[in-house]
Amino acid sequence: MPWDRNQIAARAAQELQDGWYVNLGIGIPTLVANYIPEGVHVTLQSENGMLGMGPFPFEGEEDPDLINAGKQTITELPQTAYFDSAQSFAMIRGGKIAMAILGAMEVAENGDLANWMIPGKLVKGMGGAMDLVAGVGRVVVVMDHTSKHGESKVLRACTLPLTGRGVVSRIITNLGVLDVVPGGLKLVELADGVTEAELRAATEATLVT
Amino acid sequence: MKKVYPDAKAALDGLLFDGMSIAAGGFGLCGIPELLIAALREAGTQNLTVASNNAGVDEFGLGVLLESRQIRKMISSYVGENAEFMRQYLSGELELEFNPQGTLAERMRAGGAGIPGFYTATGVGTVIAEGKEVKSFNGRDYVLETGIVADLSIVKAWKADPSGNLVFRKTARNFNPPAATCGKVCVAEVEEIVPLGSLDPDGIHLPGIYVHRIVQGAHEKRIEQRTVRQRA
Repeated sequence: MPWDRNQIAARAAQELQDGWYVNLGIGIPTLVANYIPEGVHVTLQSENGMLGMGPFPFEGEEDPDLINAGKQTITELPQTAYFDSAQSFAMIRGGKIAMAILGAMEVAENGDLANWMIPGKLVKGMGGAMDLVAGVGRVVVVMDHTSKHGESKVLRACTLPLTGRGVVSRIITNLGVLDVVPGGLKLVELADGVTEAELRAATEATLVT
Repeated sequence: MKKVYPDAKAALDGLLFDGMSIAAGGFGLCGIPELLIAALREAGTQNLTVASNNAGVDEFGLGVLLESRQIRKMISSYVGENAEFMRQYLSGELELEFNPQGTLAERMRAGGAGIPGFYTATGVGTVIAEGKEVKSFNGRDYVLETGIVADLSIVKAWKADPSGNLVFRKTARNFNPPAATCGKVCVAEVEEIVPLGSLDPDGIHLPGIYVHRIVQGAHEKRIEQRTVRQRA
């Protein structure tokens, strides 16, 4: 069985190291916060202006002045700090955030990432994704390996407008874990019960050993 | 000079003209200058260029100025929550300049700080860098982005004193300080105007030098994505 959304998030949480400042994107990346390993203390940054993001509030305790970058109500922690958007992206561009875990529409074997628009169809915008991939120490992508129509999202070259060039280090999908290396992608790990042949069949990108 | 005005309409009096540019604070519906947006709608000023991270939702925030067709151009990083925006953009009625979120924030900060341009690695190798100067520093490429100076800034803070010193609350701070600094004139709406001397001078988030007019009012503060967890 391929991993489900929560299992992808749990696997991505294994990437985190004690003491890191980390930014989690919207969607599956948000779930990563639920699986941070015991003994690993990370500080979550929310690019709308917060370090030390806490869990969702209990019902009745929502605060309209306290949201994450996905506009969801959240809570603060004892170590929380607030700041403005210019300061927020100064720490992102300045390389102070160790890792960003982001979703993707397409990833290419050279580390190119596309996750912000489909021309003529979906015009939402890049939000903070371009700043994050340009500024953080390491970018990990979490996503389904294929589209709803069964087409590979792990490509030789992206077809959609890019978020960044050569920015992705590791890809974690429902089928397994791949690293961007010279010449293509290297298989690091298969999801439980997924065969290498299945992963290869779902991957358009070059796999190197 | 007296900075406190009785209501949002009075606070904007004499500042509005067709074709003007406006920098607005807020992230999603959090920390948006909702009273000043409503007064802009009332004033009917046309052909606005608005720099704001988002464009509100269909019936709230900047969405109301889209609905009334007062906005000609938006400079934003994310507009996914607004169906009317998408419709006007895809039909060519509305001009849109996408800026990466951090680039937009820094363009406002730079504009307010007297810096006409800056180089950033954000967007290099993407459509964002097309037509812009790219320069290499220490072996890495950076794209030249320009500072934004707007005719008017509209922002929302939690508290102000009569001198215009502002304090924001939690993540409602977001784009408000950089937006406030980049306007030739800045109007701030707040939940409470407190007496001079009651704000801790060490705790001022934005000094009053940037704020020309203040108005106090009741805020709806709508929540966009109410998300809760179950009690154990």
